Amino acid sequence: MNFTLKVWRQKNKNADGKFVSYPLKDISPDMSFLEMFDFLNEELISKGEEPIAFDSDCREGICGACSMWINGRAHGPVPGVTTCQLHVRSFKDGETIVVEPWRANSFPVIKDLIVDRSSFDNVIAAGGFVSINTGGAQDGNDILISKDDAAEAFSASICIGCGACVAACKNSSAMLFVSSKISHFASLPQGKVEARNRVQNMVAKMDEEGFGDCSNTYACEAQCPKEISVEKIAKMNREYLTAKLL
Amino acid sequence: MSDIDSKIPEGSLDNKWTKYRSTVPLVNPSNKRSLEIIVVGSGLAGASAASALAEQGYKVKVFCFQDSPRRAHSIAAQGGINAAKNYQNDGDSVYRLFYDTIKGGDYRSREGNVYRLAEVSGNIIDQCVAQGVPFAREYGGLLSNRSFGGTQVQRTFYVAGQTGQQLLLGAYNSLERQIGIGSVQMFSRHEMLDIVKIDGKARGIIARDLISGKLERHFGHAVLLCTGGYGNAFYLSTNAMGSNVTAAWKAHKQGAYFANPCYTQIHPTCIPVSSTHQSKLTLMSESLRNDGRIWVSKKKDDTRNPNDIPEDERDYYLERRYPAFGNLVPRDVASRAAKERCDAGHGVGASKMAVYLDFASSIKRYGTIEAHKKNIHNPSEEEINKLGKEVLKEKYGNLFDMYKQITDENPYEVPMRIYPAVHYTMGGLWVDYNLMTNVPGLYALGEANFSDHGANRLGASALMQGLADGYFVIPYTIGVYLSNEIRTKAISTDDEAFVEAEKKVQDQINKLMSIKGTKSADHFHKALGMILWNKCGMSRNEKGLKEAIEEIRSLREKFWSDVRIPGDANELNIELEKAGRVADFLELGELMCIDALQRNESCGGHFREEYQTEEGEAKRDDENFAYVSAWENKGNNSWDLHKENLEFKEINISKRSYK
Ligand SMILES: Cc1cc2nc3c(=O)[nH]c(=O)nc-3n(C[C@H](O)[C@H](O)[C@H](O)COP(=O)(O)OP(=O)(O)OC[C@H]3O[C@@H](n4cnc5c(N)ncnc54)[C@H](O)[C@@H]3O)c2cc1C
Ligand code: FES
Repeated sequence: MNFTLKVWRQKNKNADGKFVSYPLKDISPDMSFLEMFDFLNEELISKGEEPIAFDSDCREGICGACSMWINGRAHGPVPGVTTCQLHVRSFKDGETIVVEPWRANSFPVIKDLIVDRSSFDNVIAAGGFVSINTGGAQDGNDILISKDDAAEAFSASICIGCGACVAACKNSSAMLFVSSKISHFASLPQGKVEARNRVQNMVAKMDEEGFGDCSNTYACEAQCPKEISVEKIAKMNREYLTAKLL
Repeated sequence: MSDIDSKIPEGSLDNKWTKYRSTVPLVNPSNKRSLEIIVVGSGLAGASAASALAEQGYKVKVFCFQDSPRRAHSIAAQGGINAAKNYQNDGDSVYRLFYDTIKGGDYRSREGNVYRLAEVSGNIIDQCVAQGVPFAREYGGLLSNRSFGGTQVQRTFYVAGQTGQQLLLGAYNSLERQIGIGSVQMFSRHEMLDIVKIDGKARGIIARDLISGKLERHFGHAVLLCTGGYGNAFYLSTNAMGSNVTAAWKAHKQGAYFANPCYTQIHPTCIPVSSTHQSKLTLMSESLRNDGRIWVSKKKDDTRNPNDIPEDERDYYLERRYPAFGNLVPRDVASRAAKERCDAGHGVGASKMAVYLDFASSIKRYGTIEAHKKNIHNPSEEEINKLGKEVLKEKYGNLFDMYKQITDENPYEVPMRIYPAVHYTMGGLWVDYNLMTNVPGLYALGEANFSDHGANRLGASALMQGLADGYFVIPYTIGVYLSNEIRTKAISTDDEAFVEAEKKVQDQINKLMSIKGTKSADHFHKALGMILWNKCGMSRNEKGLKEAIEEIRSLREKFWSDVRIPGDANELNIELEKAGRVADFLELGELMCIDALQRNESCGGHFREEYQTEEGEAKRDDENFAYVSAWENKGNNSWDLHKENLEFKEINISKRSYK
């Protein structure tokens, strides 16, 4: 297959960036999208040019490192997958594919397609945990949890923290990310004790980190590679209201 | 006699750890506040150690090369974590987990360490449940279990096919809590490039800020390496792209012994290699062998569609060869059996280097049970199929999805095609019972050490070991050392030792950048991977190993004269990062072969063709090889071998059979 890759190149945080086009020939349809980038980078290196910098690690959709904005969508055209799980066969032969980094004030570009997502860690540090020290926990089976509650918690805790939701949102809101952590704990007895503080602290931190408001366009849900539902946001809003009222 | 001391406490096996941890010296809380600990790595081992130590009051600094500690390679673990809870009332106990692990490791691990691991395994589950890890549950609300290879009980706890993710997020949340409080300082996108030693003790590290390219000096009263395994020496493996040996290797070059480097785990169920551009391999969790049956056609070169091959023309070779354990034999055994069938011409798929993992009979079995539960009498085949698939989806949904995305085939309808791939490294830095290397103040935890799995790791035991090391071992054993360090004031990083160490790192970077050759780091990495896979992989022999050593040496030379690293060292430079890691793999690779060559026996994942039984099973030599090989680096790629003899007082060392 043949493609033209139009890729955002930016030397560092302070430099101006620009698109550069790279024609690619004879790409095997079995290649993954990132293997195509590896292939292109090998070519660039052999020509003495700097390869394109991008994040990836697990290459199986679980670590949340990869983060490309492909043809106007977070993680590209296939719903429910990360950039590293995309395959070249999902694109049309001869297509021009435009690739950019996540765009959001809270995710400044570091180089080419790599952005700084430490704001996500900061939000977790503000309250995304159960405050127990190591040792002294009761027997695991002392806390009974119904299959449904465990499944509900799991459906939120699968968030990989990639930032697609923020990139997809026109307001760069982090509501889907933050609400995933809040809903995870809100579904379990272990999370109830600190529920009130947790939601208030995390929401305050989210605002402080400069993430925007939610205006219910649901672009986050549509582009989340784990297909986490916006119902989590509604759940977080309820938690927040309850915390404020009490 | 061993010439190294593992410091296993005296006393009866079941009382060793309790007695030891009740009598080891302690550090009082106010002294903890002035003791600084460096933790390199934020996977299960690093994140758990860092949070547990910070909770106790130590000042902790954590380093990882990813952009967030949550992305450590542990996140990708799929199938589950073992614990001797005996919740299923099926005969499990601390002793049985201990026994299974020693036997699973083919009698090449320490009794004392493994018993302790089994003892604390239950606490790990309690801790993780309390953190909010959403483990799978039964209808009544109790924790659910499944089976893993090499055992006949159900002791594996799990969260769908993403157990590692959920456990790591639990540890990461605890770590972030300590970061929020200010007791842990986090350094993401930082790579440790050397250990700083003062008066023979580890006193800090040199790290490179991967964004600015600047080198930094960090002091610590102790340094913990929780930096994972080195399976990526083979280039293609199930490990994350960034997993590497650099931290452990630099420590090795500073005097820490490297133990059992030849013990590599090749995992039987991975998606086969499909193209020459492949960048990594994907695991299909061992948990799938609970419900999937492995087979090939009895006919050679059978090109029929698998669903068209009748039952009596299929060879369920694991069930045939190992009736007692069937599809749940340990990984080394299952991998070799797959290779044997493929080498004999029974391989399937286009490459013929694959076997089937088939879920059809489980779909039927589960579907029938579900129909009964739902009071459907005389369910149609269609109904059974549908219900059965739903059960599989709940258990392994993400794995089936992953398989489909990669292969474009639907495993609910056709059997998966799988083949063995490099997965885990049992070898690693040598540590004593306290998890300390032979360099005072330098520790190794998790996959980075060698301690508990012998020559073959059982499934669902790495997560257990990583969290045991971090949550329940190091918080006690580090006191043995630090209680003698309370008078040591923080050492200035202007100290000569730091200046020199930084210079050495800078020199290596300059040297790499100045080569300006013609080939990328990946080029050399792939070449090394091929050598290791062919000659130090699933089976090895003397001739091949000797050739491999020569080939690696010459490849290393080429690397140092022909690698090309574009860009600048004073900026984010992924090629420079890769080149540094490949340079270390090129040294480690040689030691892996040297170790495999000296071990004139077969055990666990180390299969020397010269040493096998008539049935093709591994043939151990307990008389001559019941030891840990611990290699001391003598510089210029030469090594001295130290032997730690393994004593079996509790277990009757015997032939390992799963028949
Ligand atoms: C696909 C897959 C599935 C698995 N499934 C299971 C399972 O179901 N059950 C099970 O028990 N085991 C499983 N394993 C094995 C298990 O996941 C690993 O052995 C374990 O997670 C290793 O944890 P760790 O903390 O030792 O290291 P890792 O999680 O690898 O973490 C290493 C850390 O060290 C850091 N690091 C490394 N070098 C440096 C450096 N030089 N400078 C700074 N930081 C550095 C990294 O950034 C990272 O934070 C699986 C493994 C794979 C590959
Ligand atoms: S590289 Fe890990 S999710 Fe894509």
